Amino acid sequence: MTGLTHLTMAAALDGLAKKEFTAVELTEAHVKAVETIRPLNAFITETPEQALAMAKASDARRAKGEAGPMEGLPIAVKDLFCTKGVPTTAASHILDGFKPEYESTVTSNLWRDGAVMLGKVNLDEFAMGSANITSYHGNVVSPWSPGEAGNWSRQLVPGGSSGGSAAAVAARAALGATGTDTGGSIRQPAAFTGIVGIKPTYGRCSRWGVVAFASSLDQAGPMTRTVEDAAIMLRSMCGFDPKDSTSVDLPVPDFRAALTGDIRGLKVGIPKEYRVEGMPAEIAAIWDQGIEWLKQAGAEPVEISLPHTKYALATYYIVAPAEASSNLARYDGLRYGLRVEGASLKDMYENTRGAGFGKEVRRRILIGTYVLSAGYYDAYYNKARQVRTRIKWDFDEAFKQCDVILTPTAPSTAFAIGEKMDDPIQMYLNDVFTVPASLAGLPGMSVPAGVGSDGLPLGLQLLGRPFDEETVLRVGQVIEKAAAVTATPPFMA
Amino acid sequence: MSYIQGETGDWEIVIGLEVHAQVISNAKLFSGAATAFGAEPNSQVSFVDAAFPGMLPVINEHCIEQAVRTGLGLKAQINLHSVFDRKNYFYADLPQGYQISQYLQPIVGKGEIVLDLPDGSSRTVGVTRLHLEQDAGKSLHDQHPAKTYIDLNRSGVALMEIVSEPDMRTAEEAGAYVRKLRSILRYLGTCDGNMEEGSMRCDVNVSVRKPGAPFGTRCEIKNVNSIRFVMQAIEYEARRQIEIIEEGGKIDQETRLWDTTKFVTRSMRSKEEAHDYRYFPDPDLLPLELDPAWVEDIKRTLPELPDDKKARFISEYKLSPYDANVLVSEKARADFFEAVAKGRDPKLAANWVTGELFGYLNKAGKEIEESPVSAENLGGLIDLIADNTISGRIAKEVFEAMFETGEKPADIVEKKGLRQVTDTGAIESSIDAVLAANADKVAEFRSGKDKLFGFFVGQVMKATQGKANPALVNEILMTKLKG
Repeated sequence: MTGLTHLTMAAALDGLAKKEFTAVELTEAHVKAVETIRPLNAFITETPEQALAMAKASDARRAKGEAGPMEGLPIAVKDLFCTKGVPTTAASHILDGFKPEYESTVTSNLWRDGAVMLGKVNLDEFAMGSANITSYHGNVVSPWSPGEAGNWSRQLVPGGSSGGSAAAVAARAALGATGTDTGGSIRQPAAFTGIVGIKPTYGRCSRWGVVAFASSLDQAGPMTRTVEDAAIMLRSMCGFDPKDSTSVDLPVPDFRAALTGDIRGLKVGIPKEYRVEGMPAEIAAIWDQGIEWLKQAGAEPVEISLPHTKYALATYYIVAPAEASSNLARYDGLRYGLRVEGASLKDMYENTRGAGFGKEVRRRILIGTYVLSAGYYDAYYNKARQVRTRIKWDFDEAFKQCDVILTPTAPSTAFAIGEKMDDPIQMYLNDVFTVPASLAGLPGMSVPAGVGSDGLPLGLQLLGRPFDEETVLRVGQVIEKAAAVTATPPFMA
Repeated sequence: MSYIQGETGDWEIVIGLEVHAQVISNAKLFSGAATAFGAEPNSQVSFVDAAFPGMLPVINEHCIEQAVRTGLGLKAQINLHSVFDRKNYFYADLPQGYQISQYLQPIVGKGEIVLDLPDGSSRTVGVTRLHLEQDAGKSLHDQHPAKTYIDLNRSGVALMEIVSEPDMRTAEEAGAYVRKLRSILRYLGTCDGNMEEGSMRCDVNVSVRKPGAPFGTRCEIKNVNSIRFVMQAIEYEARRQIEIIEEGGKIDQETRLWDTTKFVTRSMRSKEEAHDYRYFPDPDLLPLELDPAWVEDIKRTLPELPDDKKARFISEYKLSPYDANVLVSEKARADFFEAVAKGRDPKLAANWVTGELFGYLNKAGKEIEESPVSAENLGGLIDLIADNTISGRIAKEVFEAMFETGEKPADIVEKKGLRQVTDTGAIESSIDAVLAANADKVAEFRSGKDKLFGFFVGQVMKATQGKANPALVNEILMTKLKG
């Protein structure tokens, strides 16, 4: 039943409920799909036995009438979430052999609600990257790449850092996947691969058990093929966790119930500062198209100003590396993961960290160490913190005039591996539209809105007020329906 | 002021102390792992303490309460808003690669400690701040010729770092400061003050100057773990600095260590080698916001602290400041005294507690909690003196037996037949016998040699094995001698 892998989560839940197929059948189809898409290098660890065991248990629960909200749905897990007994690598050499004795809160929540784990998917090393090319386990290829599988005529990137999640979901090897977003790592790959990805408000999802990149920015979220699926999966992922002091104690709404399609009278903010110089025409066009669709649905576009937008990228590339430089200090070869011996403790540190971290991670550790150093702290880190506050205020002001903000997700469609790679700044520019909401901790979602002249997916981004994922999802679904994108990746399971 | 005499005249020592006090808490500052001393290595370590990937710190509310309680005990400002920062450095026993501490915004601000000096005077030393931080683990370098072993039991244990102003001028004052601080912490129940087990450690900042001159360059002596060492290190370090300056040299700001076998301070690292800790607010923890009502609740549960107790002992029991000091220095001592003094002559109670009891305890190397003589029994002994069952002199003998056996004083008196003789007939016959045996001395007394009275008393007491009531002996003896 290959058709099973092309279902949405909502449809799969329906089919399971109607006993059209079992969770085991659904999982078997996906286990096979995971094998089929191996040329994409989307998975670091496949867990077929575990998947089938979980599916069996899921069928048993359903038979007893104890089906959870995600009962029997096979998903992929970004390899940044610690999973008990299953290797967790963060796509880094330095975590060689690390098998956690604990399960992250987010994945625990998903298993509690009945989801089935297909395996751990690839990412940029420690989630640092926008193209999934920094993984120790090799780059991920987008299923949108032209040519034959494994013999591509042009290897497109799936975006990053949640590139494996995006590729697996787009290629129909998983009904959904967990992602994490620090500066756009859910939204940008979702846009590049034509799927939906939502980063909820900072504090919605527990960070406990998620390998940290930049603690004040990291937030988990779902990556799915529809907005409705994102609503289903988000509900299971989030919730207050006393083990994470930054987790927020708020009830979890039934996000799916918010998808009414009714956005009449809603004010949609269009930030003028996002019309960046040199924005490709088709990006501007899809943005205008999005505004038009929302207008037709009864919403009212309003021009807003987010005056500190131009500082967001610089601010992000100070705050995130600063936190990362400290967060990654624990990988010292002493207690777990890689150890490269040395004559002294210092030698061991240098050998281990030199061999264990890739170039991009080393670059960010150096930047972060520099901006926190005596004599530079005020000019960089402290200034960045101040600007971050200004950026938050910008959004606070804007949300006095509008209910949701519409922007493009990324400044281009997916690029090919090898492009934009000489100059890290060029790579960092990918995050220009996604980073401000990360700094402000706001919910943001990318929705497929069409394809570019190259036939590759384009996404639109919706940003909401803190903890108002419901409006973001509701408006997102209106765009999804209006856009009615039918294009699918040339390579699918 | 006491100065050190140098080649070029008087020098003044300037001392500031940073005391690391382990918070009394069953769990660590940011994890639920246990904190008991002396457990098997690495048996009290959570994934948080070992800095496993994805682990997050959660503040232990009890530790916060202990810090606030300590701040209140130091009459210090409680900061309702404080921030935890990361202090970044690499070391094998620091699993996270950073210590969670408080840097710019500590939980407790300025306070003070009143020192009780041996001459009975007191002196106030400013407390700059108190902040909470995690302890590191322990590196064991002596287990293997080439390798270092790491014990993470202490990793993450809550410490209070209590920083003084540079207000102390002699090693004795520094010693008194540590003793007083330890006493306050023990009264509050926030730190056991056990320096041998490492639950209290000192970093000592020492500089010297000519009296009245600006502060000199200081050296910090790290991790000194006894009051005696604190005082010895200060004496040594001050003389070292004076010698360098008087020989035309200058002091380099540096971190030094106290060598407990050679009794010298040694350079550990210079200012140039000092770490750049890259402090920044820990993004895993929100700023700590305290409810003023919660702080007030803690304030209401504060015990009577040594200074207040001392004042009360002086006014209520009419004790000397010296005795009051000795008694209040430890809460257990003060409690013991009060139990003995209850319903009795407080001055007598104080004398027995600070004199006999502390003397015997000291000789036996015992703490008051281990005293074989209970407060009840010591009180009973004083009662026996008061009701003339025994004399003060016999009481000392009884006390010795009490200390040895832990028995009740009345039982000892009975068993040993030490009951005072108040039967005037018996005393009279003893006196008669003494006077008869010393007729020559009686004659001398009667011819004016008054001093011989003491001799007769002694002879009578000897004859009665000290059991005769001294007042009766005096009275009857005087009558008979004069007669």
